[in-house]
Amino acid sequence: MSASAPEKPMGYTEIPEVLDLNHTYDTATDKINDVILKKKTPMPIAVAMGICFLLVGLLFTTITKLVSTGIGIWGNNQPVAWAFDIINFVWWIGIGHAGTLISAILFLFRQEWRTSINRFAEAMTIFAVMCAGMYPVLHVGRPWLAYWLLPYVNVMQMWPQFRSPLMWDVFAVSTYFTISLLFWYTGLIPDLASLRDRAKTRVSRVVTGILSMGWRGSARHWQRYDIIYLLLAGLSTPLVVSVHSIVSLDFAVAQLPGWHTTIFPPYFVAGAVYSGFAMVLTLAIPVRAYFGFKDFITQRHLDAMSKVMLATGLIVIYGYAMEAFIALVYSGNPNEAFMMKNRMFGPYGWSYWLLILCNGVIPQLLWLKRVRLHTPTLWVISIVINIGMWLERFVIIVTSLHRDFVPSSWGMYAPTKWDIFMFIGTIGFFGFMMCLFLRFIPMFAGFELRELLHKKKSPPH
Amino acid sequence: MNENPHNNATEPELTLAEARAQLAKARGRHYWRSLEQLASSGRFHAMMQREMPQQAIAVSEWDPIDRRDFIRLMGASLALAGLTACTKQHEEKIVPYVSAPEDIIPGKPLFYATAISHAGYGYGVLAESHMGRPTKIEGNPDHPASLGSADAIIQASILQMYDPDRSQAHTKLGRSATWNEFARDIEAALTPLSGGAGFHILTETVTSPTLASQLRAILEKYPQARWHQYAPINQDNALEGAKLALGAPASVLYSFDKAAVVLSLDADFLSHGPGHMRYARDFMARHTPELGEKMSRLYAVESSPNLTGAQADHKLSVRASQVEAIARALARGLGLNVALGDTTGLDGWISAVLRDLKRHRGEAIVIAGDHQPPIVHALAHAMNDALDNHGKTVELIEPVEAEPINQVDSIKELAAAMNAGSVKVLLMIGANPAYNAPADCGFSAALAKVPLTIHHGLFLDETAKLSHWHLAATHYLEEWGDVRAYDGTASIVQPLIEPLYGGRSAYELLSTVLGRSSRKGLEIVQEYWKEASAAGDAFDSQWRHWLRDGVIPATASGVKKAVAKAGFAAEAPAAGSAEFEFIFQPDYGVWDGCYANNGWLQEMPRPLTQVVWDNVVLVAPQTAASAGIKQGAIVRLRVGAREVEAPAHIQPGHPEGAATVYLGGGRTSAGRTGDGTGFNAYAIRASDQPWIAVGTLSTTGASTDVVTAQEHHSLEGRHLYRIATLEDFIKDPKWVQAYDEFGQDPASIYPGFDYSKGNQWGMVINLNACIGCNACVVACQAENNIPVVGKDQVRRGREMHWIRVDRYFSGDPANPSTALQPVTCMHCENAPCEAVCPVAATTHSADGINQMVYNRCVGTRYCSNNCPYKVRRFNFYKFADHTTPSLKLQRNPDVTVRSRGVMEKCTYCIQRISAVRIAAKKQGRLVNVKQDGLQTACQQACPTRAIVFGDINNPEDDVAKLRASPLSYGMLIELNTRPRTTYLGRIRNPNRELEGSSGAPKHGEHV
Repeated sequence: MSASAPEKPMGYTEIPEVLDLNHTYDTATDKINDVILKKKTPMPIAVAMGICFLLVGLLFTTITKLVSTGIGIWGNNQPVAWAFDIINFVWWIGIGHAGTLISAILFLFRQEWRTSINRFAEAMTIFAVMCAGMYPVLHVGRPWLAYWLLPYVNVMQMWPQFRSPLMWDVFAVSTYFTISLLFWYTGLIPDLASLRDRAKTRVSRVVTGILSMGWRGSARHWQRYDIIYLLLAGLSTPLVVSVHSIVSLDFAVAQLPGWHTTIFPPYFVAGAVYSGFAMVLTLAIPVRAYFGFKDFITQRHLDAMSKVMLATGLIVIYGYAMEAFIALVYSGNPNEAFMMKNRMFGPYGWSYWLLILCNGVIPQLLWLKRVRLHTPTLWVISIVINIGMWLERFVIIVTSLHRDFVPSSWGMYAPTKWDIFMFIGTIGFFGFMMCLFLRFIPMFAGFELRELLHKKKSPPH
Repeated sequence: MNENPHNNATEPELTLAEARAQLAKARGRHYWRSLEQLASSGRFHAMMQREMPQQAIAVSEWDPIDRRDFIRLMGASLALAGLTACTKQHEEKIVPYVSAPEDIIPGKPLFYATAISHAGYGYGVLAESHMGRPTKIEGNPDHPASLGSADAIIQASILQMYDPDRSQAHTKLGRSATWNEFARDIEAALTPLSGGAGFHILTETVTSPTLASQLRAILEKYPQARWHQYAPINQDNALEGAKLALGAPASVLYSFDKAAVVLSLDADFLSHGPGHMRYARDFMARHTPELGEKMSRLYAVESSPNLTGAQADHKLSVRASQVEAIARALARGLGLNVALGDTTGLDGWISAVLRDLKRHRGEAIVIAGDHQPPIVHALAHAMNDALDNHGKTVELIEPVEAEPINQVDSIKELAAAMNAGSVKVLLMIGANPAYNAPADCGFSAALAKVPLTIHHGLFLDETAKLSHWHLAATHYLEEWGDVRAYDGTASIVQPLIEPLYGGRSAYELLSTVLGRSSRKGLEIVQEYWKEASAAGDAFDSQWRHWLRDGVIPATASGVKKAVAKAGFAAEAPAAGSAEFEFIFQPDYGVWDGCYANNGWLQEMPRPLTQVVWDNVVLVAPQTAASAGIKQGAIVRLRVGAREVEAPAHIQPGHPEGAATVYLGGGRTSAGRTGDGTGFNAYAIRASDQPWIAVGTLSTTGASTDVVTAQEHHSLEGRHLYRIATLEDFIKDPKWVQAYDEFGQDPASIYPGFDYSKGNQWGMVINLNACIGCNACVVACQAENNIPVVGKDQVRRGREMHWIRVDRYFSGDPANPSTALQPVTCMHCENAPCEAVCPVAATTHSADGINQMVYNRCVGTRYCSNNCPYKVRRFNFYKFADHTTPSLKLQRNPDVTVRSRGVMEKCTYCIQRISAVRIAAKKQGRLVNVKQDGLQTACQQACPTRAIVFGDINNPEDDVAKLRASPLSYGMLIELNTRPRTTYLGRIRNPNRELEGSSGAPKHGEHV
């Protein structure tokens, strides 16, 4: 990058490189591995882990209560038969979206800024999908029979019912989870090998030795690695689109006003990417600050992610606008029109306008470069987007269900304490898993960073 | 432990744990001795009765108690079980049928004709019995008061029999005692009374000929004894009205099927009163658009929103005290010599009604409500006379009650005698005066002044707890007896099962009072009828016929010739008062409170209010607005010096300046289900104003949850419920389908399933006939083992009823028109629920039923979300009671008891379909609905035959014919669900002169 740009407007801020070029291969590797091998568990991480562990306890208490007495402990009712359970499922799945996008699509597009955040985002994806996966299993009336949704050969001679979108969900989510896990693990192997090589204790040598699967870094290994990584990236790419499209079909296939709409698949995918990047930012900003990784996750990363959020956010707003337009004007369907009016001005109107505020208005600040480069503001915006995306699912699910075709069956919904316990319990679980990840697994793809360093330092021949 | 004021035992209660600890200390021979010591102690006796009433009775049947025998009976099991296992298991040997008893085919129910007595009057029923245990009550088609229907209370009576809270032993001073002890006690108490002076008997309304003859026999034996009758819901006003107008008591029979114009003066004849089911059937037979111009017209003056008013073609909502003035004006208009009251603002309505009545002389009915004062009843008699209705649409008959008396006077007289100390022995049969006697009687306090009080009833209720003796009664399904219906027709009550808890019937009780304690109910009833029928040797065969048919022929009351006297209303009435007034009404579910422990009735959404589990005070929206009363606010009702606090429910259509007070709540000794529901309105109901009381209503600032099964009351302009006037219907018979934008058969790009072969089930619900009484709801609950979920779960929107009656209001909140619409699973041919179930737990049968496979259901609830009719019900918890033994006996063995986590919904009573389908298949034919007598439970219970079920492929079938009716429409067919349950639109028959004043919608307008 040339340092002698002719003129800079007032207030212009230079956006730094994707990597601090003062690093050498060794310093970069050491910095990443030292978190795991040298340092003791830092106090804030230990405290965070302790809090999260308590929340995991709350989660398991709730699950025990749930399985032993029934989902009546939640606020779900007739007509709102799905509520926090599916809201949170969709929310977590959406958060899990950034991982694949960063890993696969940005990899295929050779976006070098993905390198510093991909490991992190993939881990987040896996944990978010774990949280998401709990809900569909536990929200059913008889969770011990949830495996009936799997197509397996059985003496009942029963297949699942393939017309049901819930069935498609099973495939979409389990495929997504499997591929994400494989992708993450494959990417980890060279780093696990370098951990193994630097490990000080016998235990860590054995564990990392087994996990690195005999990686020696030979040219043949690297050649195979590149092929498999590319293949997995290729496999994951359609999943980025498919998972949330299929989740959206849970709603779009139903004939409920507010659910029954063809715009859901693209609108859900955009929303998922939106919330996924928001969550990456929410987590990356403090981690980067605390561990001193501003040299790996630079302002450039934050800027790039903000721009992705801005773009997907605009798609989401377009989705909201089209949803309202279709319901109120285009469909000519009085039930649809009623649903939209009720959504905006009915008893849950506050949630709709809060959603517009969180997802539509506040993120517009990201147009300003100053905001994008002001990390604390960016962090707050990312949290606002996370809240907004949760509200979006609340609005879609609750306001559509609570007043549908037959007014006699209209009702209201309110969560119980158990709904809330379960939700914060999954957040605790997610946090706990993230803490474990930060402590025990290299949070950056070290070899990729080294490769990037190589590229940046030695200009193309 | 039940509180007993007479129990002066100072010893502390012995608990099971304590008893066990006492025994644990002893070993070997000491053990036996301590057991013996323990068993002989009074504390142990009390504990036994508390913990194991059955064994306690068994023990106390040996009289006096023999400790050795007691040890023999109990010792071993106590020793073995260490006093821990107290389950009531019989050690009976099981013997297979070597020669099968006659009539019993395992798995096939038998039906026995019997009769239930509700508020003193009989309704013929058929009780379904599975292997000796009754499971369901149906109407008896041969009985005039039932014609095969059974209302909600009758349906729920089966649950009352199996109620685990029924009293399970006779008790004296709170301790279990034997019948023999009672026989000795009563004999000892009556002997010293000269001619029975001081012996008072209190019963509820008695129509039973046998019981009446026994009571008369007692009065003969003890000429100084007195027989009182009191029921809180009585017909005193009708009785006094008849005396006023006719000079003598008379019962009235109405023929609504012959009436072209009906004027109800605050009478809810479709839902209350001894003949209500018959009247509803008759009324709807004439109030049908099939008759074209001959369709009848109903004018209803109402002081409290009721089901009759909801059916009215013209409804006038006024304060109860204004009804008299309206009746006077109408009577004057018919040429009678009566003084007028104040009818300002109503003259247009009155004159229009008058003209209509005069046009239909001899085919009109004027009927007065039971809570209206005698003068209104008398005026109704006179008007019927003036309109020449007597002998045509209105028939006077000899009173059906054995002894028609003014019941409020009767209980006042009794209370006065008790307070004066002249009552020595008080025998209360079935009554619960400590709870429901007029507040000014001070009955509970007066009870303490009587040396011997005996209560006979099904429950250890408020009165039983204050009485010396409580005798466990038998339920009507456990006893022999007889009862008369609204027209006097007598039926024999025959038992379906041995008394569950060793109770004795009222007949056996009175026989004991007469000194013949060993006589059984059958003997007593047969003796009476042998004499009454004078059949001689043919009696046995006649008796069998009576039992089989459920009615005794030629027992209807004789026609009474009477002419209304003139002049009773010549004096001007007292000037109308503008004071706030309360109208006392029986609850649609728990009636006067006697069914308070019945979960089915408590959870039944009350017609028009949709309130469950509590009785409430209804106030008009305007009254609520001006007094600052919010829905569920606790208001203070004050009548004279008495007051009570009660939750308010805002009811559109209620007259201003008045409130309706439902009776039946606030029970303190009803049982586990009924205690603590609602408020006790009897606290402000005094004998001088038992029906319409002047008082004040004030707010308290507190509020509570009034739980309703329906939260939204407007149709929001949707065409789910369709209504038009008769005139418009005649002009355009196809009006109902004009609402369907996409025609009757919306196009689909997919070929449909071929439903043209075999039986294809369908249902038609006739909105024109439905009165919204909820009989179908409870019938379905009884037939399909539907659990009761409780108030809190209903508040959370988790009620389980498979059929519900939706209620919508439209028009002016002061005088709205009411739409009542039963909704159940539509069994859509393109069912939205089926496509979304991931495990194929809900599927479609070839005969068109949307099936629910409980075993397969994992409970995703997606089906419910996708059901546009929201008829699916989810077991959020383990709602079904899997533990109470007596409730298990009630269950229909042909229907799965659903457990937690599965979805359920209407099945079209598939168990009934399967039973006849299997039988038909054996004969190689299809089911023929009429021939095979196939009915769904809701259809069977419906008093007005508003629900018709059958085979839509058989053109001869009623359902196929009704589906072809021009009034037929499907709900939400624009969604292409192709529902199998369809509706017939409602037709009103308004008087053109009054149209516009009723607030009811006109053609093209939707509610």
